[in-house]
Amino acid sequence: MVQVYASSVIDASADNVWTRIRDFNGLPLWHPAIADSRIENSQPADRIGCVRHFHLRDGGAIRERLLALSDYDYSCSYEILESPMGVERYVATLKLTPVTDGGRCFAEWSAEFECAPGREQELSETIGGGVFQGGFDALKRHFGGR
Amino acid sequence: MLQRVVRSTVIDAPIERVWAVLRDFNSHDRWHPAVEASHIEGGERGDQVGCVRSFTLKDGNHIREQLLTLSDRDHRSTYCIVEATVPLQRYVATITLKPVTDGQRTFWHWESTFATPPGREAELRDMVAQGVYETGFDALRRHLRQGEDLRPAGSAPMPTALPLPTRRVVLHRYGGAEELRAEDAQAAAPREGEVRIRQRAIGVNFIDVYLRRGWIPQMLPLAPEQPGVPGMEAAGTVLDAGPGAGGLLPGDRVAYLGPVPGAYCTVRSVPSDWVVRLPPAVDDEVAAALFLKGLTADYLLRDLGRVGPGTRLLVHAAAGGVGLLLCAWAKHLGATVLGTVSSEAKARLAREHGCDQVIVTRDYRFADAVQRACGGADVVVDGLGVAAREENLAALARCGHWISLGQASGPLPPIEPDALLAKSLSFSRPVVFDYVASPAVLAQRAQRVWAALADGAIRVPPIERYSLDAAAQAHERLESRERTGALVLVA
Repeated sequence: MVQVYASSVIDASADNVWTRIRDFNGLPLWHPAIADSRIENSQPADRIGCVRHFHLRDGGAIRERLLALSDYDYSCSYEILESPMGVERYVATLKLTPVTDGGRCFAEWSAEFECAPGREQELSETIGGGVFQGGFDALKRHFGGR
Repeated sequence: MLQRVVRSTVIDAPIERVWAVLRDFNSHDRWHPAVEASHIEGGERGDQVGCVRSFTLKDGNHIREQLLTLSDRDHRSTYCIVEATVPLQRYVATITLKPVTDGQRTFWHWESTFATPPGREAELRDMVAQGVYETGFDALRRHLRQGEDLRPAGSAPMPTALPLPTRRVVLHRYGGAEELRAEDAQAAAPREGEVRIRQRAIGVNFIDVYLRRGWIPQMLPLAPEQPGVPGMEAAGTVLDAGPGAGGLLPGDRVAYLGPVPGAYCTVRSVPSDWVVRLPPAVDDEVAAALFLKGLTADYLLRDLGRVGPGTRLLVHAAAGGVGLLLCAWAKHLGATVLGTVSSEAKARLAREHGCDQVIVTRDYRFADAVQRACGGADVVVDGLGVAAREENLAALARCGHWISLGQASGPLPPIEPDALLAKSLSFSRPVVFDYVASPAVLAQRAQRVWAALADGAIRVPPIERYSLDAAAQAHERLESRERTGALVLVA
């Protein structure tokens, strides 16, 4: 099992950041690597079990199922159903925690998955550095943060 | 009704450093200002789950708390009050740290639940949230900045460390650069108050040459079985630390400067009092090129020369390692900077670094030019020594200050007090180690050097690199008068 973890501090309240990232169908609105997204079978994007089908800017198509969504914990978990990345049993969680001194929040994005031997490092870097940190960087550009 | 208090912050330090303090259940009387004194009951250790800390607060209250959970994996500690003179009932608190992976920072979450006597909920919530948690955040920040001991007495000692192989450059007898020989040796494990450093870059300074020539034998005594190792400064990474090593941890990037030679090697144990942590923007070679020289420039300009707007400063060897720093920094402080150099190429470099007027001379003649340019120098920083003695006296303005830093042309003979009388001159013969004699002062000066580098007041001088085994060539180069900037041995 490979584990990837990235975290950051965003200069906006957890409420504000959550409003931007809560929509399971909203990745193209805030994440620079995502080109488009739709929810399969016309389900609402906050129904647990719904599937989002999206394309990366480099063309790859990914299907992910929403496993958990908590407006109380500011957290969202999902699994990959299909992707060109070559990962198995991929489960990820994106979570915000308020920082009480200053209107900031602490953002964490973590994933666990299995993959072919020898690809662990490359996939960790793509997912942790590209997808997760890329998302944080976009949020920091939008809200501020260092 | 159960009360809940949550406070969190972001600390500008890596998680290992913050956790090193917080994992010790008995460390709070060293960093939290509300705690007067604390001990662990029954002589147990501060990382023993189930142990009880008994402590008094500055306000006179007394509390006993038990450690319920300690996780080095999750960086989490949970504890409860078992007895207290404050009315917090069923109080259970958890501290959790998480790394902020984009930056060497730490998210610190502190929360608790408790019950109170009726009507006192708000008062006690505020006391816990502000008096304990928020005050604690700020206090730990200060504690970490001061670099106090993060691995206090009573916590787990480091595993017994073994000697490690090192490559070093030794001197069996005083003399020319050819006396420097590289050999393999062992670097002893760090003792109490010491850290062992894997050195990556070693600064080469004129004092190393003086030591090699045998001009300061008391500083580098040689015996048949005890060859000397020159070198006063280096930069690298902490390998391991003895007890009480000033809060330094394995993996810390550091630089040091100390009054005992021995830096020409790959692995060395040194007192943590000599050591400062390096900011990320300063790499090992820059640190080795700038540490002794930058600290020297700092005390010369700030303490000894009191250089400010309008000061007329004369810098000899203005294109050398210290010279370039003095030119740039003094210019930034508003001084009029004059310099002497031995070639046109060096003159260009000195001008680029802020020297207003450069005098090119190979025979130590400069007094007339200085008098014509500015009517005499208020401060002379002299690394030349005997050959420039009379010219320095002539170049100084009334009440001028002659600071003799080095003696590249040969040792200065004794100076008659009456030689200073004519213009009420003063004469100083400083050595950097007295100006960095305490860790706090060293840290403060180092901070000023890195800040000056960051805001452009000084620039990294040109660096010439030599391998450790080529230390003899580095010395020849330093003595050649052809060189500019700083010399560094890379290991």
